[in-house]
Amino acid sequence: MRTSTRRSRRLGALAAVAALTTGLLAGCASDSKDKGSSDGGGGGGKGTTTLTIGTFGVFGYKQAGLYDEYMKLHPNISIKENVTTKTDVYWPKTLTRLQAGSGTDDIQAIEVGNVTEAVQTQADKFVDLGKEVDKSQWLDWKLAQATTKDGKTIALGTDIGPMAICYRKDLFEKAGLETDRTKLAAQWKGDWSKYVALGKEYMKKAPSGTKFVDSASSVYNAALGGESQRYYDKDGNVIWDKSTGVKSAWNNAMTVATSNMSAKLKQFEDPWNKAFSNATFATVACPAWMIGYIEEKSGDSGKGKWDVAAAPTAANWGGSFIGVPTAGKHQKEAIALAKWLTAPEQQAKVFAKQASFPSTPSAYASLKPLADTTAYFSNAPIAQIFSDSAKTIPTQYFGTKDQPIGTAITDVGILQVEQKGKTPAQGWSAATNEIKDVLGQ
Amino acid sequence: MTSSKQALAQPAPSADAAPGSKPGAAGGAHGRGTPPPGSSSWRSRLYRWDMKASPYAFIAPFFIIFGAFGLIPLLYTAWYSLHDVQLASLDHQTWAGLDNYKNLWSSDFFWNALKNTFTIGLISTVPQLLMAIAIAHLLNYRLRGSTVWRVVMLTPYATSVAAATLVFTLLYSWDGGMINWLLHFVGVDPINWRESDWGSQFAVSSIVIWRWTGYNALIYLAAMQAIPTDLYESAALDGANRWQQFRHVTIPMLRPTILFTVVVSTIGATQLFGEPLLFGGLSGSKGGSGHQFQTLGLYMYDQGWIIGNLGKASAIAWSMFLILLIVAVINLLLTRRLRKSQ
Repeated sequence: MRTSTRRSRRLGALAAVAALTTGLLAGCASDSKDKGSSDGGGGGGKGTTTLTIGTFGVFGYKQAGLYDEYMKLHPNISIKENVTTKTDVYWPKTLTRLQAGSGTDDIQAIEVGNVTEAVQTQADKFVDLGKEVDKSQWLDWKLAQATTKDGKTIALGTDIGPMAICYRKDLFEKAGLETDRTKLAAQWKGDWSKYVALGKEYMKKAPSGTKFVDSASSVYNAALGGESQRYYDKDGNVIWDKSTGVKSAWNNAMTVATSNMSAKLKQFEDPWNKAFSNATFATVACPAWMIGYIEEKSGDSGKGKWDVAAAPTAANWGGSFIGVPTAGKHQKEAIALAKWLTAPEQQAKVFAKQASFPSTPSAYASLKPLADTTAYFSNAPIAQIFSDSAKTIPTQYFGTKDQPIGTAITDVGILQVEQKGKTPAQGWSAATNEIKDVLGQ
Repeated sequence: MTSSKQALAQPAPSADAAPGSKPGAAGGAHGRGTPPPGSSSWRSRLYRWDMKASPYAFIAPFFIIFGAFGLIPLLYTAWYSLHDVQLASLDHQTWAGLDNYKNLWSSDFFWNALKNTFTIGLISTVPQLLMAIAIAHLLNYRLRGSTVWRVVMLTPYATSVAAATLVFTLLYSWDGGMINWLLHFVGVDPINWRESDWGSQFAVSSIVIWRWTGYNALIYLAAMQAIPTDLYESAALDGANRWQQFRHVTIPMLRPTILFTVVVSTIGATQLFGEPLLFGGLSGSKGGSGHQFQTLGLYMYDQGWIIGNLGKASAIAWSMFLILLIVAVINLLLTRRLRKSQ
């Protein structure tokens, strides 16, 4: 590249500057993504001991004012929340920090899809919280999910995701369907295929521009949440291709994907968010945590138009845990805070603000959603509907690769049928290939 | 390195050679000046030692940092790639030999990712560089407010990948996106940009093109301005018009610069990651439901951080490294031929 000296030198300098700025800018760009959310701690900062809590998404503790309340009760403590928006970024980061034994927060949140992996591989990295609390407070299956074979409870249950169906009463009326929530629930009770069948009814007289449901994947996840057999059996063997639960949830999702009743959106992405305010779909599978979401995304235009009915089967979708890593500097204080945050009274407060549903049954009797929320959902007895579902959720076994297997089925298998027009058989075989890749087979 | 080692070894015996002389600030202060005559003195040895060792001391920070953040991870990745390592149990590594590489060789996903990296690289790099030359040529004319134009050219490059991709994702949204809306006026059916094979690759490429064209244009512009004007004048005297001047004067003179940008863009294209990841939305690391825009970078990320198979991810990383080496060799050969032909 050596031509005349002056030019090449100038060019070299330019190239060097360009290369440097590339590095700098790239550094800035990749860092800035999570920065905004990380410093939204609990305020305060006067305390002598600063406890950090690592969470993902919206946990609701800050929103419900729990941090401020705890700091008022314990003037020597200040709390800082480190939020990572995306779970798939949060979990690998947490895993590596746990194993390095440094950089963890005093309290770390764990999603239900990752809890088995944590129990099987990271148990020695967490404090046994079972010794610190009255274990009978929690739903048995919730407690079992975070407990090792030799009885060590590595994390305490926060919320769970009991299922209901949220539906637009106004759209149902225009389509000439039943709008009363108890009669509606009776129509599809017991089987998700009845719910899907109602979708076909809806599409016959659907208001223009609307579909019955947001996506086939949401029907899949909701239906699978009510099955006792998922991807693993209780001994930890992977059984996804033989699982009766997966099969029936898949079949329902396929009916949705191939019969024009889906808005073909991907949940939690922007077009999906926008569809709430434009009212382009009439129903959405509605775990308790979805309530706050709908209220936020539908905005004022949806007020009083949404309603909630019991789901075809009692099901669970999502929910989290919080654990105290042994690498934390303030274990005693962290244990006390974790205990307090997951106690029934506090879980009830989070429900009141965010509608995240408690995993401690003793809270159920006193659950009160905000008056706003009740009005927003046409005075539906939300607490009652979710409590009923929560009490009859079947015990489910999760495995170490639960999340990637689930993603392979929804984001490859179902999406190919729904958006690329492949046949269900092609979709299934694509998902199969993907899962084999995930499991390293 | 040997000469520096000798230089380092020498001062030791010198300690007793000049017991009386004060090793003080004075020696260091004008150490760079002319060495005092009596050459065997302690001071001259210090001087020689300084001359030999100091350059290494000055460049050491780079190599130490490169070693810590570049070389060691590179070697550690190689070690990982020969083992079965899961993200959740980093301490339990079992020897796998070349299994990870064999696994890749027979994996459809790997070849698919390699193919996508190549096609996306091609349809982003070629138009990008052609457009950059054209724009640089236009900017090279006398323009009013030329600085403003040049700064504006660089703004897409200064935008973060995340921001740019977010906007493009909205534009390409299949339901209510602006591009499908415009296509509607021309009578074209809406295209599902993310899920269609070519549509998605085109969309990803367009983000890359948008971000990097201005950057390359400025490099070309800098090189164009270094071309002596008398070349153009003599070409004009010979009766060459603008286009002929561009073809027969500008392009040949730009050749080394073009080569430089091709190399940089090729490396960038091989490592393409941020744009397709964010374009893919929540499961972006899969590169769409059919892996239609999954690049090698994404495949590595998916294997390592989503699926948690660090051994295989390391093998992908090393394969990418080898591919880049091959690219570098090809480039070297091309450069040589080019120089010979000149």
